[in-house]
Amino acid sequence: MSMKSKPPFPPTSTSYKQTEQAHETPRPILLNCIKAFLIGGTICVIGQCISLFYISFFDFTEETAGNPTIATLIFITMLVTGFGMYDKLGQFSGAGTAVPVTGFGNAVISSAIEHRTEGFILGVGANMFKLAGPVIVYGVFSAFLIALIKTVLQLLGVI
Amino acid sequence: MFTGTQSWAFSTSPVLLSGSAVGGPMEAQGPLASSFDLLFDDLWMEQTSYENAQQRLMEEASALAIQKAHIFDEQVDFFISGDLINQMTPTNFAASTLQIPFLGTFNACATSMESVALAAAIIEASGANYILTGSSSHFSSAERQYRFPNEYGSQKPGTSQTTVTGAGCAMISKEGSGPIIKRATIGKIIDLGITDPFNMGAAMAPAAADTIITHLHDFQLPITYYDAVVTGDLGKVGRDICIQLLNDVKVSIAPNQFLDAGLMVYGPDQQVFAGGSGSACSAVVSFGHMLEQLQAKKVNRVLFVATGVLHSPLSIQQQKTMPAIAHAVAIENGSDE
Repeated sequence: MSMKSKPPFPPTSTSYKQTEQAHETPRPILLNCIKAFLIGGTICVIGQCISLFYISFFDFTEETAGNPTIATLIFITMLVTGFGMYDKLGQFSGAGTAVPVTGFGNAVISSAIEHRTEGFILGVGANMFKLAGPVIVYGVFSAFLIALIKTVLQLLGVI
Repeated sequence: MFTGTQSWAFSTSPVLLSGSAVGGPMEAQGPLASSFDLLFDDLWMEQTSYENAQQRLMEEASALAIQKAHIFDEQVDFFISGDLINQMTPTNFAASTLQIPFLGTFNACATSMESVALAAAIIEASGANYILTGSSSHFSSAERQYRFPNEYGSQKPGTSQTTVTGAGCAMISKEGSGPIIKRATIGKIIDLGITDPFNMGAAMAPAAADTIITHLHDFQLPITYYDAVVTGDLGKVGRDICIQLLNDVKVSIAPNQFLDAGLMVYGPDQQVFAGGSGSACSAVVSFGHMLEQLQAKKVNRVLFVATGVLHSPLSIQQQKTMPAIAHAVAIENGSDE
């Protein structure tokens, strides 16, 4: 029997990209947006209720109620994350649970729980802001830039 | 014997003497649950960390494979194994418990068949009588190393795969009764530029196709020679691509003969996205369910093609592509049995 020649393989990266993309499971963008809107919106409604609660029953104004509201939402997130439900909710709602402050809380809390096995200092302490760190770094940096722009504009008498 | 361009034909008939499969809670709900020797209902497995849990999986699977081979621990000459966790510590600690001379192997999810091929080659060269091979993975230990903390609420796309919690071991021996390891093809790295770690199937499919095409060419066999081709953990996306790539070069295989471990281990009602993955995926399916099928003569010639992506979280962050590999091992029932 004569040896059959080996077929040419593999294809080029460019032609493979087309083959591969044809088989990819498409992301249901519209559905994801609707789910994110509903769940994210619900979280905001809960936040608003908490805020009104602090304004009505405690000595807070619309401006000062923000901090206790955020703290309460993060506390609820901690419980939901700890009981292992936030990741399931996150899979369903995507940006809906990632964008509100609860997403930030979940990033910190999940990292803290995850690294408990490596001890409190190099585990929990060093890894707690692993995912939330960029939010703090770039949050502070953008605040600085905006403040700088505002100061310059004020000095120039524009605003 | 070296055959073709990258294959071995084993003339001394190394035997797949026994196999074991150990799994976790998700695997216990899957369609192959009955083929597992031991199933845990909790991901912690009475351990203090997920890595320790994975070590326990490996230790249980090793003990079961030795027990089912009806030999003593001291008779095992070598232990060839590996896993996905950094520096393969779950396997290293399991090897410490086993106290069998140990060769560590890493080809990610292709480790299972890499180890079997090496074990068969060593036995073929009269280098050992009994070699224990296997691989393990754990959903939570892989998740935290490769992706995000387990409790982090990220949204995975449909192309992503779910790491199998489990360990599978196989005892390869010079003599004994059982299916015979006939051939092996060592794969080349195939890297066609996929960079999305949530689409491992697409990265592995060309590697699987390349190894299958090379295997068939090296041995001048038609794909229909095999009753079944069991790919590693291509998942739904990867399997579809692999079938198309094979079709493109006129290697056509009936879909019911082209099985994928990643699709076999979980049922359609389980939320696993494109299917299972992890180095235990091909190990538990091959050394559990498929070995049972071979022993029961429901299939007689099976080509196992374990596939792995050899990326790391670091290489992904540095925008490197995902190199993939596949190793093929042909296991058949002897004609005299």
